[in-house]
Amino acid sequence: MTAERFHTVVVKVENKAGVLARVAGLFARRGFNIESLAVAPTDDERFSRITFTVDVASAPLEQVVKQLDKLVNVVDIRELDAATAVERELMLIVVAAAPERRSELLDLVRIFKAKVLSVGPDKMMVSLSGRPDRIDDFEALLEPFGIVEIQRTGRVALRRLDSSAIDETPEVP
Amino acid sequence: MTTNGGEALIKSLENEGVEVIFGLPGGAILPVYDPILDSSIRHILVRHEQGAGHMAEGYAHATGKPGVAMVTSGPAATNIVTPLCDAYMDSVPMVCITGQVPYAAIGTDAFQECDTTGITMSVTKHNFLVTEAADIPQIIHDAFHIATTGRPGPVLVDIPKDIVDPGNPRSAMEWYEPSGPQLPGYNPVTVPDPALVAEAATLIRAAERPVVYAGGGILKARGAEALRRLVELTDIPTVTTLMARGALPDDHPLCLGMPGMHGNYTAVTAMQEADLLIALGARFDDRVTGRLDGFAPDAKIIHVDIDPAELNKVRPANVGIRGDCRLTIEALVEALGVDVVDQGIDRAPWKQRISGWQERFPLTYEQSAPGEALKPQFVLEKLRDGSPRDTIVASGVGQHQMWTSQFWNFEQPYTWINSGGLGTMGFSIPAAIGAKVGMPDRTVWAVDGDGCFQMTAQELVTATVERIPIKVALINNGYLGMVRQWQEMFYDERFSEVELGRTVPDYVKWAEAMGCEAIRAEAPEEVEPAVAKANEINDRPVVVEFRCDEREMVFPMVPAGKTNSELLVDPSQEDQPR
Ligand SMILES: Cc1ncc(C[n+]2csc(CCOP(=O)(O)OP(=O)(O)O)c2C)c(N)n1
Ligand SMILES: [Mg+2]
Repeated sequence: MTAERFHTVVVKVENKAGVLARVAGLFARRGFNIESLAVAPTDDERFSRITFTVDVASAPLEQVVKQLDKLVNVVDIRELDAATAVERELMLIVVAAAPERRSELLDLVRIFKAKVLSVGPDKMMVSLSGRPDRIDDFEALLEPFGIVEIQRTGRVALRRLDSSAIDETPEVP
Repeated sequence: MTTNGGEALIKSLENEGVEVIFGLPGGAILPVYDPILDSSIRHILVRHEQGAGHMAEGYAHATGKPGVAMVTSGPAATNIVTPLCDAYMDSVPMVCITGQVPYAAIGTDAFQECDTTGITMSVTKHNFLVTEAADIPQIIHDAFHIATTGRPGPVLVDIPKDIVDPGNPRSAMEWYEPSGPQLPGYNPVTVPDPALVAEAATLIRAAERPVVYAGGGILKARGAEALRRLVELTDIPTVTTLMARGALPDDHPLCLGMPGMHGNYTAVTAMQEADLLIALGARFDDRVTGRLDGFAPDAKIIHVDIDPAELNKVRPANVGIRGDCRLTIEALVEALGVDVVDQGIDRAPWKQRISGWQERFPLTYEQSAPGEALKPQFVLEKLRDGSPRDTIVASGVGQHQMWTSQFWNFEQPYTWINSGGLGTMGFSIPAAIGAKVGMPDRTVWAVDGDGCFQMTAQELVTATVERIPIKVALINNGYLGMVRQWQEMFYDERFSEVELGRTVPDYVKWAEAMGCEAIRAEAPEEVEPAVAKANEINDRPVVVEFRCDEREMVFPMVPAGKTNSELLVDPSQEDQPR
């Protein structure tokens, strides 16, 4: 997944029944390919925020944004490309962890600053939040252990502050 | 003032200036039908809810005011989905009120429950499910605001029975007048950016072979007058799309007529050869462009639309201007200033090429031999010449629609009503009724096909009972003619399921049974008298059945998947140099 192909769009919508269905219906009807989608309330209870990642190979970003803007309940739209966005995602994952492989697994957990949430006789549940690409990396490294169950939230994003260089310092040494 | 949701609904509609509602009652909407008895609003009882929807559309097309339809829940709501989609595709302002099961019963599969807002989400500009009686005045106000501003379109308001039923405590409310729309996410931009207008003016000044591509948006913006000023100032030949017929009068020297799949040779070819297309309220529909990669290959594009999503959707624009068509055209006129003649632009070479095409490739057809069935084009010419000049014409969908658009002479805007985007068979009779209700002093003809007629003819009962004297010219070719034409041309004349038969039903008896005057014309000499007689009758609907030749085909034609340069002309013109 390249930065150019997937764009993150943050949409502020009126907090009304059926708004998510309108947005999802629009994606389906216009053939927009959505990579991930997250919905959450905002500090103002009249509005919610939908953050989604769209494959701009399926439709030009301009069309995605303009068609969304036609939805009466959509109040505000921000496109964030990789350079301007601070993006985060949360993953919960259950990995097969036979006793003899546990320490190997815990090494990875430590390197990625993930958290062990619970441990069973032959499984371990781990959580990691961070940049979506780091989560991709972590997931790939866990793959050989055997992934039993996985849940990812989809990314949320905000526009980077002007002086926020610190924000994206690599989290992995 | 304490009131209930049902009365508040009717009062809200009155406040929006609604004169007429097209509808049909049923269980869920029943409480609203009681206050209608005491209202100044006229209600027209249709025979099928699809009729109500198309009538509302016809009314809106003819008057420019939003059409209103009201029906009950479940099957009535599904029956009106087609007109909603039709209005959505053609940007017709319309408000549709549907009854819904009581709020508490929603989601329980109650009797006549259906997810009306879910079903209609993708065929309306917006829809509302009202949950509290107190929301009704505000939502009705918002619905009319959305339907009539920006790019117009249909808006549906779904209202549960309990909040309009005076016997239910949930319907009690205090009346109030909304102070304005409450739509934080809806702010259509109508005024064009002057910098872009200036850029467009520069392109116009530099063009040698410009064509104005006038679309339905001009009529929606009531911009026909402005269009005329622009094209006269710039001396630019203009095509009027199927949705814009009449936006510039057909007899205007700069009007080239209809482009597209069944457009005339000159309109199609002028666009192909243009170095600048000025698209005004048009959306580069596939029926206009033909194969896109071969469409107007040398043309720069100025594209004006109130809906920014139309800009760059199909064909990238060199200058894309978001704005109301009328305001933008007026701004262009202003920016261009003096006319082209004073700017030293010589349009003569371009116009000479165009008049050459007009001379070599006029619309044509072969007259029928004695004893042969009528030619539909001949019928339309006689109908055109025998009817008042400001006649409103509504058509169905098929060959008869294309012939009407081709052979009618549109002298005024808002006289042509048809289903362009969705292509809905059965549109014409109810649309004509709606138009006649809105414009009672005008002659209104529905030009219908025999296939279309059988889909919505029952509304002639409505027309008779409600005393709406429309006239129907039934082009009876015994076939689903347009489909027959495709099978003849592209499927080796293998006719599959297209024959309707010419004598069953007996249209004269059927029309009479519905209370109409009925006339049948079979020979050329019968056509004129039949038209004259029909035009004299004004106390009831008239149906004139014209028995027409099933072999007749619509030309010119751009076959699907071909470029507009591969236009097939009438067989008699095949040897003309292009
Ligand atoms: C509701 C609907 N069903 C099917 C079609 C496909 N269709 C387009 S034109 C046509 C034939 C129309 O027949 P008729 O009304 O007799 O008109 P004609 O072409 O013969 O003039 C058909 C079936 C359609 N446009 N609308
Ligand atoms: Mg027919």
